[in-house]
Amino acid sequence: MSAAVTEAGAAEARAESRARIVGLIQSRGAIAVLVVAALAAGLVFPDFLHPGNLGDIVTAASFLGLVAIGQTFVVILGGFDLSVGSMVGLGTVLAAYAAPYGVLAALLLPMLVGLLVGLIDGLLIVRARMAPFIVTLAALLALKGLAVLLAGESLVIADPGLFGRLANGSWLGIGNLVVILLLAYALAALLLNRTRYGAAVFAIGGNEEAARMLGVRVERVKIATYCLSGTLAGLAGALLAAHLSSGLSSAGTGYELQSIAAAVIGGVLLTGGVGTMLGALSGVLLLGVIENVINQIGSLSAAYQGLASGAFLLLAVIVQSGLTRQRAA
Amino acid sequence: MLLETRGLVKTFGPVRALRDVSFDLQAGEVHGLMGENGAGKSTLIKLLTGLNRPDGGSILLDGRPVSFDSPRAAQAAGVAAVYQEINLIPERSVADNLFLGREPRRFGVLVDRARMVEEARALLRRYRLEIDPRRTLRTLGLGLQQLISIARVVSLGARAVILDEPTSALSGAEVELLYGVVEQLRRDGIGLIYVSHRLSECYRLCDRLTVLRDGAVVASEPTASLPRARLVAAMLGREQVAAQKDHAAAHGAQDGPDTEAAVALAVEDLSWRHRVRNVSLQVRRGEIVGLAGLLGSGRTETFKTIYGAEKPDGGTVSVAGRRIASPRPSESIRRGLAFLSEDRRSEGVFAQLSVAENLTAAVLPRISRFGVISRRRRDDMVRRYVQSLGVKAAGPDAPITSLSGGNQQKVLIARALCTEPDMVMLDDPTRGIDVGAKAEVHRVVRGLAAEGLGVLVTSSELEEVVELSDRLVVLDEGRVTGGLDTAGRDSDDVLAILAGGAAGTNAPAHGAAS
Repeated sequence: MSAAVTEAGAAEARAESRARIVGLIQSRGAIAVLVVAALAAGLVFPDFLHPGNLGDIVTAASFLGLVAIGQTFVVILGGFDLSVGSMVGLGTVLAAYAAPYGVLAALLLPMLVGLLVGLIDGLLIVRARMAPFIVTLAALLALKGLAVLLAGESLVIADPGLFGRLANGSWLGIGNLVVILLLAYALAALLLNRTRYGAAVFAIGGNEEAARMLGVRVERVKIATYCLSGTLAGLAGALLAAHLSSGLSSAGTGYELQSIAAAVIGGVLLTGGVGTMLGALSGVLLLGVIENVINQIGSLSAAYQGLASGAFLLLAVIVQSGLTRQRAA
Repeated sequence: MLLETRGLVKTFGPVRALRDVSFDLQAGEVHGLMGENGAGKSTLIKLLTGLNRPDGGSILLDGRPVSFDSPRAAQAAGVAAVYQEINLIPERSVADNLFLGREPRRFGVLVDRARMVEEARALLRRYRLEIDPRRTLRTLGLGLQQLISIARVVSLGARAVILDEPTSALSGAEVELLYGVVEQLRRDGIGLIYVSHRLSECYRLCDRLTVLRDGAVVASEPTASLPRARLVAAMLGREQVAAQKDHAAAHGAQDGPDTEAAVALAVEDLSWRHRVRNVSLQVRRGEIVGLAGLLGSGRTETFKTIYGAEKPDGGTVSVAGRRIASPRPSESIRRGLAFLSEDRRSEGVFAQLSVAENLTAAVLPRISRFGVISRRRRDDMVRRYVQSLGVKAAGPDAPITSLSGGNQQKVLIARALCTEPDMVMLDDPTRGIDVGAKAEVHRVVRGLAAEGLGVLVTSSELEEVVELSDRLVVLDEGRVTGGLDTAGRDSDDVLAILAGGAAGTNAPAHGAAS
């Protein structure tokens, strides 16, 4: 009997150390790749590592970055939110409409509408038991239509003023959008890892039925998470409008899939239950670096950007499935 | 009295799952709840934990009538269940799992991780579980995970805890740990309902035993006054085998020498995890061997390991004298071993496809030319089997779901036969089939043996195995504990062996199984 116990103990110790390695690759792999990619780009293009260029990369990635926060929560929860792309576009339009009424109105209106969209998505998914894919796809189409209806192609903000400076100003030499992005990720990490809500999100994504049996209010948490995603997409839209001084109905197109790609590249398990905010941020920035490098080369068309992003995503998924096999073993 | 039910009744559609069940549990008592599949144990648990509402009767907690509309409500009142399939979050830490939904917090918002880990450690230590609470739950064995589940519900204030088959997946060391936890719970005055098929465990742990059969209590006594034989008889019922075993005599004469060629299947020392332990058995051509054992004795696991669907940890399987070198289903099929899973719906039938497509799914290369399926050859094959097995279907293109359960099963047997096997294994081939169709399936199975195939069969109904087989191999907790010829015997004789095997007397009085 005691021999059996020791043997079981050794096997468990092995399983534990393997789990730790798997977890480390999962959560920190993307940032390692990001650093390596950035340094390599710096070697080839001396301008790449210039603080101005790095700031540009993060600024350009900040809108997708905010969207990816919400998407990461939804994916860890075990769902999808495809509505966020159109919500960004609608958000820019709403911000443009509200801008004459002040900064607060321009910021809050898109967020409020995003919250409402998330609420409707969440209610349909939870109460009507509809598939997240279909519900949010419907929202994606409808919101796009709504944005075009409201603004046509675009709606210029005549006098952006403070609203414009919010996005384009800087603080201690760092662009405001960079500050906002990093702050948002820090808060999101706190929310995910250090609150009961975050623990519930992981639990539902890890095993929904078990979470329910353990007393987690699954429905409530799900609805709240879609609301969070919608609100952040609205915020991203507002900031993008401030950045561009206009509302663009086509803004944010493709963000719904890019944000999922960023999360997955960052080690968020597409089947839910596993993921980190640092990973998601790394994924977003990696996509940003790819875009920047392609632009640096100049002679390459934007098509190469998609090609490279796709390759990284595929790589991430291959690594993920390898890790998943490890965890099953 | 801690927890009590009076005259509980529950029906699901036409099925009377529980009829007039009265049951009670005292504080500090371990009360074993036993019964075969479909006896009503799960239904009773569901009523006690608020997953379902009773149609009649009452539940009393501390002598007061209660009515739970959810597991949450039952838990809040102090009644909780720990299920066989572990209801925890594998990717989270032990501490996360123990405190999910009630994490200690600082400033009313942020989870205080350090305190949570400390409290988790103290909780585990109380039950003598030396586990680092920061470990990911997944990296622990299933047994430990189950013990953590128990620690969680008790720390949440459960006073009546239901352990649903706590040890069906545990290793020996883990079973010992479980016994330790149970003893601690008993000392703490917590009432335990212990659901298990393992007789030896129940006799070791339980103060009282209650047996359910067909939704009714058929025995409820202190453990000491309920001998094993009577317990097993109560679980299985004592109905005589009605049908005559006319085929038995026919095969009695066939006991030729055990030449290599005459042996259709030879299994030696086969093991898989803790579920199949050093199983050895032989099936000769033309012989029907029945695998008999209580639920949880490892019947299905034995089948799957022989077939290579589970990768054996040790032992060999030979079909028609040739050893299967790398155990996996495709190899087994190639070597002439066919297997029909017990789970027709999820592992057998392609519900969207027709009878013909289902029947020929395993032999597409044989009826194709250059990768294109020849409809003529396919229909020939289908017609042949539909005729010989007596499948009643509108035609080869009828959807499989339009057939009755019995006829669907015949199509699946035909699919296995298409591969022209030497040996067929049938796991509970008449499950969920009505009585008339059962006789039909039996006729087909006997026909296979008559054509010289070896057949290994089991059933959830003991009478059926006895009726169908020429010879029985008795399984208990994954081991072969006995065997006997069935000629002239009925299920009562087999009951004696099952009870004996469970008692650990291990007397293969009727000769080795192989």
